[in-house]
Amino acid sequence: MSDPMRIRAAVKGEKVEVKILMSHVMETGQRKDAEGAVVPAHYITKVTASCNGRDVLSADWGPSVSKNPYLSFRFKGGAKGDKLKVTWTDTAGDSRSDEVSIG
Amino acid sequence: MNTPRATRRALLVGSLLLLAGAAQAETSTQDAIAEYREMFGDDNPAELWQSRGEALWHTARGPKQANLTACDLGLGPGVIEGAYAQLPRWFDDTQQVQDLETRLVSCVTTLQGIPREEFLKVKFGDGEKKSELEALTAYVVAASRGKPIALPMQHPAEQAAYALGKAAFSYRAGPHDFACATCHGDAGKRIRLQELPQLTTAAGAREAYTHWPAYRISQGELRTMEWRLQDCFRQQRLPQLKFGSEVAIGLTMFLAKNAEGGTLAAPGIKR
Amino acid sequence: MMLERRRFLQRLGHTGLAALTIASGLLPRLVRAADTRPAFAAEAIADALKALGIANPTKSDAIHFKAPDIAENGAAVPVEVESTLPGTREILLLVEKNPHVMSASFSFPDGTDAYVATRVKVAESSLIHAVVKTDAGAFYTDRLVKVTLGGCGG
Repeated sequence: MSDPMRIRAAVKGEKVEVKILMSHVMETGQRKDAEGAVVPAHYITKVTASCNGRDVLSADWGPSVSKNPYLSFRFKGGAKGDKLKVTWTDTAGDSRSDEVSIG
Repeated sequence: MNTPRATRRALLVGSLLLLAGAAQAETSTQDAIAEYREMFGDDNPAELWQSRGEALWHTARGPKQANLTACDLGLGPGVIEGAYAQLPRWFDDTQQVQDLETRLVSCVTTLQGIPREEFLKVKFGDGEKKSELEALTAYVVAASRGKPIALPMQHPAEQAAYALGKAAFSYRAGPHDFACATCHGDAGKRIRLQELPQLTTAAGAREAYTHWPAYRISQGELRTMEWRLQDCFRQQRLPQLKFGSEVAIGLTMFLAKNAEGGTLAAPGIKR
Repeated sequence: MMLERRRFLQRLGHTGLAALTIASGLLPRLVRAADTRPAFAAEAIADALKALGIANPTKSDAIHFKAPDIAENGAAVPVEVESTLPGTREILLLVEKNPHVMSASFSFPDGTDAYVATRVKVAESSLIHAVVKTDAGAFYTDRLVKVTLGGCGG
């Protein structure tokens, strides 16, 4: 099972600043292990974020986003206490969503 | 061969210019690397280990179905704030000087009843093979952020561990006749672009010790001090350093004592 | 400071840092990953952009692209892009020397800043392109990031 994301979402002036750390191996499929066998590709391909149900970001990723990915963005129209939800989907078909209250 | 004086002077001036250019390039390289490090800001993936460790700490597990909130890291049962800043130290119950990792092993085995081998099956994590030890270490270490390193150093066994660590630091061995001190005993040494801290001075020891354990970018993993020391031994081509051995704890004691007074900023982030 | 490549290497040679630009071997061209999305399978920037319906983006100063001149480790290179071009819909990140150039794309609904910060893998010293899609067309800027080969890492 995948680990929870660390999401920080805080009101900064008229905007909400979001910073996310995700726990993911982001295997490229081009790396060999100690025994010389190719480590199969396994990476996040899609990330979406919504604030109280309204889409605020959508991203498509390839294997060259770093392991344990970091993502930061900003949007208008969010207030303290609103729910920010982030979802990722990977090449294995796994998906994970985490939600925080904007602080 | 008799070189005319003018030519010799020209050569001399030329090499001085070359040296000046080299120094300048070196400064700008170090500045650029500092900029790279700054861009990571406070967003350290080590936080992912901290939260996993926090969950593990509070979860009832093992044959005894206990959590770790009764674990005594030296400041009393369940006290984690500031505990890492005073380790390694002597523990009466185990009759040993322990570092954080070996103390965590004691807590897991005694409180939860999980066998040592099972808990240490994955000492050092690798992608989807996750280490509970690394997660718990990250959680405890983060609770000492901002605390000054201050070891008790009262018990004779603590002083003996320091003395052993000090001796081990300078003990030359292996096919390259290397010691820790070969790289870390003098100022201004470097491997490729990495500047090596002089671990025998307070400044050098603090710079290094206050940021370990750390998230290693090259591995995408959080690494403990035990890992750091094992990898130093590997790089020196020495026999593998045994986890929790007297030498491992002695070296940690030596580094921690040299770094005393430094403010902990671990888990750090390293290349 | 932008140094011409040869002069840069010479200087590195003088300071004994020639290892600086040696490829880190993070992404050896061993296997072709089977990503079915054409842009992510592309091996050249023009091909990746073509797959996304973009041809010949215009170079623009209105894209602020922050990346380090030297990356101490290519496994994670912090990048930050902000577009002040009106009607910015998407920001794309492409790494010229990676086996597959396309790294990520970000779409901004109304109300979201045309801004993103993330970390990408850079296999060897390379130009990184930040491409911006707006209502008026496509624009880009680029930054050269040199990747160093490590010591033991502190």
